[in-house]
Amino acid sequence: MLEITNIHATVEGNEILKGIDLQVKPGEVHAIMGPNGSGKSTLAQVLAGNEEYDVTEGAAHFLGEDVLDLPAEERARLGLFLAFQYPVEIPGISNAYFLQAGLNEIRKSNGLGELDAMEFQELLREKMELVAIDPRFADRPVNDGFSGGEKKRNEILQMAVLEPKLAILDETDSGLDIDALRIVSDGVNKLRSPERSFILVTHYQRLLNYIVPDYVHVLFDGRLVKSGGKELAYELEEKGYDWIKEELITAS
Amino acid sequence: MGTTDARPEAGKYTGSRVEQSNREVAELANREYKYGWETSLESDTIERGLNEDIIRFISEKKNEPDWLLAWRLKAYRHWQTMSEPTWANVSYPPIDFQQQRYYSAPKRKQQPLNSLEEVDRELLETFEKLGIPLEEQKRLAGVAVDAVFDSVSVATTHSEILEKRGIIFCSFSEAVLKHPELVQQYLGSVVPYSDNYFAALNSAVFSDGSFCYIPKGVKCPMDLSTYFRINAAETGQFERTLIIAEEGASVNYLEGCTAPMRDENQLHAAIVELIAMDNATINYSTVQNWYAGDEEGKGGIYNFVTKRGICKGVNSRISWTQVETGSAITWKYPGCILQGDNSVGEFYSVALSNKRQQADTGTKMIHMGRNTKSTIISKTISAAHGNNSYRGLVQVMPKAANARNYTQCDSLLIGDKCGAHTFPYVEVRNSSSAVEHEASTSKISEDQLFYCKQRGIGPEDAISMVINGFCKEVFDHLPMEFAVEATNLLSVSLEGSVG
Repeated sequence: MLEITNIHATVEGNEILKGIDLQVKPGEVHAIMGPNGSGKSTLAQVLAGNEEYDVTEGAAHFLGEDVLDLPAEERARLGLFLAFQYPVEIPGISNAYFLQAGLNEIRKSNGLGELDAMEFQELLREKMELVAIDPRFADRPVNDGFSGGEKKRNEILQMAVLEPKLAILDETDSGLDIDALRIVSDGVNKLRSPERSFILVTHYQRLLNYIVPDYVHVLFDGRLVKSGGKELAYELEEKGYDWIKEELITAS
Repeated sequence: MGTTDARPEAGKYTGSRVEQSNREVAELANREYKYGWETSLESDTIERGLNEDIIRFISEKKNEPDWLLAWRLKAYRHWQTMSEPTWANVSYPPIDFQQQRYYSAPKRKQQPLNSLEEVDRELLETFEKLGIPLEEQKRLAGVAVDAVFDSVSVATTHSEILEKRGIIFCSFSEAVLKHPELVQQYLGSVVPYSDNYFAALNSAVFSDGSFCYIPKGVKCPMDLSTYFRINAAETGQFERTLIIAEEGASVNYLEGCTAPMRDENQLHAAIVELIAMDNATINYSTVQNWYAGDEEGKGGIYNFVTKRGICKGVNSRISWTQVETGSAITWKYPGCILQGDNSVGEFYSVALSNKRQQADTGTKMIHMGRNTKSTIISKTISAAHGNNSYRGLVQVMPKAANARNYTQCDSLLIGDKCGAHTFPYVEVRNSSSAVEHEASTSKISEDQLFYCKQRGIGPEDAISMVINGFCKEVFDHLPMEFAVEATNLLSVSLEGSVG
């Protein structure tokens, strides 16, 4: 599904990622944890194709294609989805219109016919039910006037509609109260399948109580310094990130 | 009153990002102006220059009554005492009014013109090519069209159906001949010939335009529309539109305009007057797509227009909606005089300046009656070297108790060489009134574009999506077909401006 080798990336000349290797197979859920500033969001943005980040070294293959040379929309059309940490507002454009435009682009590039407004409405209604989202979301302008929690839920709705092969969730749990967290997690769990993979980027172990990962990786200072099963998350929760720091210092 | 200027900061991005943007610009650029072709047909065009003989010639051509000629001459003499206004935030070399031609009409095989069959094939084809079929079997259902070509109206559709309800919809010249009492009563009653330099010029040399009269209690069963086409070179277009809605009447009026691409600038100085009696409503929508000139600012139309409506009666309502995407220079301030108590004036505007276009546009809302309300929503988009100014006046007179105004001016900047300016003037002489003004300036954000792209939407569609969202409040006030046209027009006009 996804194979990352030795990725280095800079923002405005500062190196944030210092050699990342990661393999994600179909159906797997990987959690990437780490303290603030370790490079978690940068990794998510780089994979999605944000041009503000320069990849200076390394490669990323998604479904066998080298995606680092592809513009963001091409990666999206291949089935790569990013749930944004800070979803962007597009005033005046309804969620339904926005999603229909995106979905049809993705369908077109995969040789499928475009859905007309009626067909899309039907699909959207189903997906809203699936992820337990208020049908009024459809006519509201994209994220405009949404609360923080609503924005995050809207990301999950978009993921449900676009049906990506790989979804990267960038701190989707941050700023959510316990009820919203449950709704978001239920949505993700319903979308889990043997073909679909997830990368959960998170600061807290809390989310992993609801979405149980297959693997947990710790990102520290631009490198994945520790990997393990879901129990690694509990260890981190208990001991904090300082424990990793100390281990690193001892090792060096 | 205070003015605010906004210019995007240059050098905010790193070199590679700017290069990237420029590449996108180049890739998206160079879609030609779709209406830039010219119809070749014999025309009746007078020599260059302006004097009393020319005015007499125009008046005679149209078999006008003496009072109208006298009015034209008064306007001309007044114009000679005036000087061209320089207060607008636009710059252009001085216009030599003696180098212009003031009348051009396609030659007719026979006079007068009684039916469409007599209209020249080439003219019918011209309008068909513009998407305005005039022939009975092809014409647009639900919209009556008056087609104006250079200085004359060539055809008006659906007029029989309208006549049955007592609605008069015809060319201005025809109205002068058939309904002189109405024309004489209302001509210049909202925009007097002395109003401003270009209004005086228009009053002296106006050639044709549309006339519309909706009798008491009649709701116009279809939208009325005028399509203006400039064709002849070096010829100015000076049309007048006069719309009267009697007590309880209502009408939706649409106006569209195009012109061929030429290297010379051409002058368009029009006047529109609207009169709404008690409980009457007039909705006036414009999609202005005159030729804008090229990237270097060569050619294009100078669009110097005076549009004003008067809400004469109680509870009357006048709404202006404009989408201004064309013209090298736009200078227009469609306004409302809110004389009747409880009357309502509205102005919804999208003005786009791309290439080297300059627009100084806005509105005037004059509150005279009690409980009068006005709403101003102005959206300006500046791209490339475009320069866009909103200029608006809200005036509340002493007797306008409880007057209300809400003004919102939003500017969107694309690239770092364009400009957006806001000049709001507010004069309040009544303590029970309330005036609100909100303004914002933003750039299309990279975040918005990246978000769209991450959902599979290509860069060009992403930009047009963000812009259309920005303009939505205004587009919502356009009739359906016009809204579609405006959306398309905006994306075409913006191609090549990603920054």
